[in-house]
Amino acid sequence: MSDYFPLFPEQASTFAAKVDGLFLLLVCLSVFFAVGVVFFIILFSVKYRRRSEDERPKPIEGSLPLELAWSIIPLILSLVVFSLGAGLAFRMYRAPANAIDIYAVGKQWMWKIQHSQGKREINELHVPVNQPVRLTLASEDVIHSFFIPAFRIKKDVVPGRYNTMWFEATEVGEYYLFCAEYCGTQHSGMIGRIVVMKQEEFQDWLSGGVAGGETMVEAGARQFQQLGCATCHKESDQGRGPNLVGLFGTPRQITTGETVLADENYLRTSILDPRSQIVGGYQPIMPTFQGQVSEETVMQIISYIQSLSDSE
Amino acid sequence: MSYLSASYGIKSWLLTLDHKRVGILYLVMTTVFFMVGGLFATLIRLELLTPQGDVFESDTYNKLFTMHGVAMIFFFLIPSVPAVLGNFLLPLQIGARDVAFPKLNLLSWYCFMVGGTLATVAIVMGGVDTGWTFYTPYSSTYSSYYVALALSGVFINGFSSILTGVNFLTTIHKMRAPGMTWFRLPLFIWAQYATSVIMILGTPVVAITLLLVALENLLGIGIFDPALGGDPILFQHMFWFYSHPAVYIMIVPGFGVISEVIACFSRKRIFGYTFVAFSSLAIALLGFLVWGHHMFTTGQSLYAGMVFSFISFLVGVPTAVKIFNWTATLYRGSISLETPMYYALGFIGLFLLGGLTGLFLSTIAVDIHLHDTYFVVAHFHFVMVGGMVMAYLSGIHFWWPKMTGRMYHEGWSKASALLIFFGFNLTFFPQFILGYLGMPRRYHVYPEEFQILNVMSTAGASILAAGYLILFAYLFLSLFTGRKASPNPWRAVGLEWEIASPPGPHNFDVIPIVTKEAYAYEEGDVTRVGSGTAAEGDPIPEEAERAEV
Repeated sequence: MSDYFPLFPEQASTFAAKVDGLFLLLVCLSVFFAVGVVFFIILFSVKYRRRSEDERPKPIEGSLPLELAWSIIPLILSLVVFSLGAGLAFRMYRAPANAIDIYAVGKQWMWKIQHSQGKREINELHVPVNQPVRLTLASEDVIHSFFIPAFRIKKDVVPGRYNTMWFEATEVGEYYLFCAEYCGTQHSGMIGRIVVMKQEEFQDWLSGGVAGGETMVEAGARQFQQLGCATCHKESDQGRGPNLVGLFGTPRQITTGETVLADENYLRTSILDPRSQIVGGYQPIMPTFQGQVSEETVMQIISYIQSLSDSE
Repeated sequence: MSYLSASYGIKSWLLTLDHKRVGILYLVMTTVFFMVGGLFATLIRLELLTPQGDVFESDTYNKLFTMHGVAMIFFFLIPSVPAVLGNFLLPLQIGARDVAFPKLNLLSWYCFMVGGTLATVAIVMGGVDTGWTFYTPYSSTYSSYYVALALSGVFINGFSSILTGVNFLTTIHKMRAPGMTWFRLPLFIWAQYATSVIMILGTPVVAITLLLVALENLLGIGIFDPALGGDPILFQHMFWFYSHPAVYIMIVPGFGVISEVIACFSRKRIFGYTFVAFSSLAIALLGFLVWGHHMFTTGQSLYAGMVFSFISFLVGVPTAVKIFNWTATLYRGSISLETPMYYALGFIGLFLLGGLTGLFLSTIAVDIHLHDTYFVVAHFHFVMVGGMVMAYLSGIHFWWPKMTGRMYHEGWSKASALLIFFGFNLTFFPQFILGYLGMPRRYHVYPEEFQILNVMSTAGASILAAGYLILFAYLFLSLFTGRKASPNPWRAVGLEWEIASPPGPHNFDVIPIVTKEAYAYEEGDVTRVGSGTAAEGDPIPEEAERAEV
């Protein structure tokens, strides 16, 4: 074991230094107040120690100026830290437009990764350096959480919905992936590796493996035919179901009057619980595919539907 | 004749209507649960000495941390100060002969006992492994252990809280002695008042939530499991709506104890009494608005997260105000370092660290990294053990002579306090570092590079355990061999110190008339401050009417 005693994980993403900076600010503020209070406690305890049993200190009611000062100053400092934290969280929230999409499914007790190009991994995620990556997360069973300490990010993986997170790795190397939401017996066994590669090496790695492997879009197109989706969803307005070309990302008005955005979560719900959101003008006749398709298959179909909108 | 010797036999205890005996019943049983929870903690730290899972199987380890949390939170921390010290002292400090509803008080202990028995049965039959937070759908559908049984224990125990809260609020409103105006109340009473508000408003929510989980577990009714059409995040909202205010149920009574102890051992009124009194209420109310800070990574709306983060920072301000006021109380005081004061000053330092690290977790961008790591574990142990348990022990040592009529051995008590302080810091400070390095919580096995810090933590835990064992020993022995205590061994100010140690069964021979402020230490001989009995020529006051159930 080396003598190096780390206090921080490696900084391997664009977020890491910013989160560490905010953390250090909090440490400094905390040390200041903690040392200050402890100093006065020790000072007063020594200076005003009881010297005789009959001492009667003069009562001091309080001091309004002091109360205001030590309420308002911590309040202002709190608001500053709050704003910095909220601001950074805001910038961490939405992936940039040039992010590549990767899909992850958590299940007891492993991670299954799908790249758009079709490559699959178990408990490992290969990504290119200096390239934003957007992860769409789904669970097959209970709540998990996708945690990469070196990138300073995590997102819960919740059954019944997609959560997304994004990052941009800045250092080539290997980093831990932990499950960070207790999920049963092997919760601490759901450990994986994030492998950050130089961009050319990543392309090589992606295209290696089984020749003729299908991309996610191709797999989704195949499932779309095999599962019979094409019988109702035609590439025209004549079908019993809506035309899906150009649909992804557009607002849809459903029969309750609400307008929802046709994003990944919307499409997933339409496949697994279609009656919950019917678009106006269509009959509620789509059957549910709950139990017939895995989370990965759903992701492939959604990739395919998304590709129907990529006309540029 | 004291309340202890007024009657004998098991029935006189198990059917008692004396609030002081109810307090002792709670003292005995919460101590048992503390020991059970402590045993589980010892086993956890033993396993974590090495990165591999070489002491227990994973399922067993998962049960250990679950049951450690359930025992400590629901059956020790939540009842501790209110049910033990609050029950004993509340009527004494306000000059009443008992609480408003003595039978409800006894019933609250039985709710605690039935709930505790069910939880114990669940443990003995094979345990529960969901974590004390019972997240769905793991708890409602996937766990193969005694979830519903454990949940029913916690559910019934909740009524103990609710009844205690109702009793305390009524007592404080209706049974104060003549002259005991709101702003002459000891700050301990203000703290119990704020806690009772939280108990009454919050506990029913967790009761219903846990009941729904049990129904989903037993009957497959879909509420929280998406495979049955439910929403797992709904569970988290409902659970944390109570469980965040619950942490204030745990700590605010401790704040009350600290005020009493600091005033006595500085021989001075608390600086900024009104601010300290209202800060408890502010914490109680704001504490209901921050629950989403446990859910920043769930995919909840970013804007909701910002609101929760903002209010979480706000709730830190009244807490800071208390710490500054306690420190200012020491200024120009007459400070004496007896054991209760050791614990009180230790509390201020450790609670301050714990509270400050709460701000780290309220900062959204930082919490994303720290959530579900050992940083959170360190934070809540600093506030709950370094804070709450030390405050509880401060109160136990302060009022021990009053409750038992005996003094404990001062040398041993100080030695044990120092062991506990040192052992606590060694156990939990390394966990902050472990958390930032990325070690997740609830991990049975862990990567090798985390071992050094885990070994330090376990070493600390053994010192902490030694401190607690010594504490149990000298307190228990003091019951038989301790020096008999005078009515006011600390020369403190307060109605409870004007009667015998231990008190007679009806507290006061004559209901006192209060004419002095709460901490009138400057007035004359501190052993007899204020009027314990009416002087000749004073009008005879009406006795406070007692509501009876």
